[in-house]
Amino acid sequence: MVSKTTTVPLGLRVEGLNHGYMIGGTYTSVLENIDLTVAPGEFVALLGPSGCGKSTLLRLVAGLEPPRSGRMFADETPITGPGPDRIVMFQDPTLYPWRTVRRNVALGHDIAGRPNDAVISDAIALVGLSGFENAWPHQLSGGMAQRVALARALVNDPRLLILDEPLGKLDSLTRLTMQTELSRLWRDRGFTALMVTHDVEEALLLASRVIVFSPRPARVIADLPITLPPHRHRDDPRLLGLRKDILMQLGHSEDW
Amino acid sequence: MTAAPTSVAFDGPARRSAPVTRPSWRSLLPWAAGPVWIIAACVTWRWPDADDFPDTTLLAGLFLAGGLVLLLAAALHRLSARAPWAIALGVGLAAWEIAQAKLLWLPRPFFGTPQDLLDVFVTDWRKLGDSLLHSLALLVVGYTIGSLVGIAVGVGLGRSVRFRYWVQPVIRLIGPLPPVALLPLAFVLIPSSRVASEALMSLAAGFPVAILTWSGIAAVDPAYYDVARTMGARGRFLVLRVALPAATPQIFVGLFMGLGASFAMLVVAEMLGVKSGLGFYMQWAQGWAAYPNMYAALLVMSVMCTGLMTLLFRVRDHVLKWQKDGLKW
Repeated sequence: MVSKTTTVPLGLRVEGLNHGYMIGGTYTSVLENIDLTVAPGEFVALLGPSGCGKSTLLRLVAGLEPPRSGRMFADETPITGPGPDRIVMFQDPTLYPWRTVRRNVALGHDIAGRPNDAVISDAIALVGLSGFENAWPHQLSGGMAQRVALARALVNDPRLLILDEPLGKLDSLTRLTMQTELSRLWRDRGFTALMVTHDVEEALLLASRVIVFSPRPARVIADLPITLPPHRHRDDPRLLGLRKDILMQLGHSEDW
Repeated sequence: MTAAPTSVAFDGPARRSAPVTRPSWRSLLPWAAGPVWIIAACVTWRWPDADDFPDTTLLAGLFLAGGLVLLLAAALHRLSARAPWAIALGVGLAAWEIAQAKLLWLPRPFFGTPQDLLDVFVTDWRKLGDSLLHSLALLVVGYTIGSLVGIAVGVGLGRSVRFRYWVQPVIRLIGPLPPVALLPLAFVLIPSSRVASEALMSLAAGFPVAILTWSGIAAVDPAYYDVARTMGARGRFLVLRVALPAATPQIFVGLFMGLGASFAMLVVAEMLGVKSGLGFYMQWAQGWAAYPNMYAALLVMSVMCTGLMTLLFRVRDHVLKWQKDGLKW
């Protein structure tokens, strides 16, 4: 069973990270001097204003692009490129339309050349899509497609799951269900999770630590451990208090 | 809410009975096709020909056989959608037979009779079949090579900056030139007219395939690459398992255009240099003023072209079965 495998979570260390892009001939700094340590097994949520560079940080950690300067370590190994122990789940499911649900979930196995039908079936069952193995992506709803993307990430048995606003485009009810499922998966499987979100409540429901970024160029302005019990409720007064604090950090003290 | 069921119950039966009586003539339409062909057979057989045409009895027999097959199809309910076409075809053939074989309205020998055409197939089928096979062989080799090279070049253009730097200007210079224009040169430079035609057919097919493969690969969502890369995929996987499948719809547009270009190249090559094939047969028939033979060769050629096109669309429908909807041939 997939859910019973013991994953060795990955520890992440980022030192003095700088990054930016050339836009219209001028250099725009996106990340400035970021230091960040994520302990193995933590669930860290990154919060910050839109466009502040959180997603860029995830791309760098995933190894999809090299940083302008700074160092990143997965455990104690420098990150120089993508690796199957660090799997990204994007805001869009980006399923391959020419592959069935089952073949999409099997993508990581195809790349590694190690097919394992049992693992794939288990992952599809885990996200509640048994019976949809042979469906085409265009036949799925947005929530179902994102579940397939989750299963596709999980079959690789990631030691670090990188979540780039994975629930950002789902309708609010599907989002509630998926939040519960993500939380359960993290507790059962024991991987490290690093998630970008715009939703303060989502961060507080899921994360063991919340890091708040400033507007671009992004700097860490708050680092809050969340010591609430694992099964959290949206109306827990402690959660509401933390939510107010974070919104104030983000400069929305009047809006909540 | 409460009124709706009552009103349905009230006027429901009246509405339901209406469609049963109205289209009754439509359900009889399939039964009309067979008799039309049988009448065509009688006209062909009984009405004396205006001149001494061959195979009149055979033609009447074929019309009769067609009529009986259509009656059988009607009885088996296999004719409903095609019935109007079957009727129109029967009427058209009968009209041609009457206008030309019985009344001789159009000038001969440019316009033949149905039995003239039939006679070509009866007497010259061996040569026609042989020409068809030669054309097919020439086409398949040229088109296959051109398509494969076109796909490879398109991938190179889409994925490699250096390849694009060197190859794109060459393609821009040679690609838009109709390959027919290169035919005289090719016949001079390449000793075998067969090889020369195949090379030009490859060029004709390869150009649209390369351009559309390139455009398909350039349009691939970069997120598709990111998904595979985060799982450790490298160049080979990204090209063969991500870029190519994502570009397949466009590649098939190129294959379709390339097939049309190869047909044009095939006919011209056979008329001008290659001493076999349907184009050569047509040229030969025209030289002998054997117009029915020309019509027969045209008919065979168009059946060949549409057959190959249908085959290509079948392959496409199978490969692209994941698409939500697509053009049906």
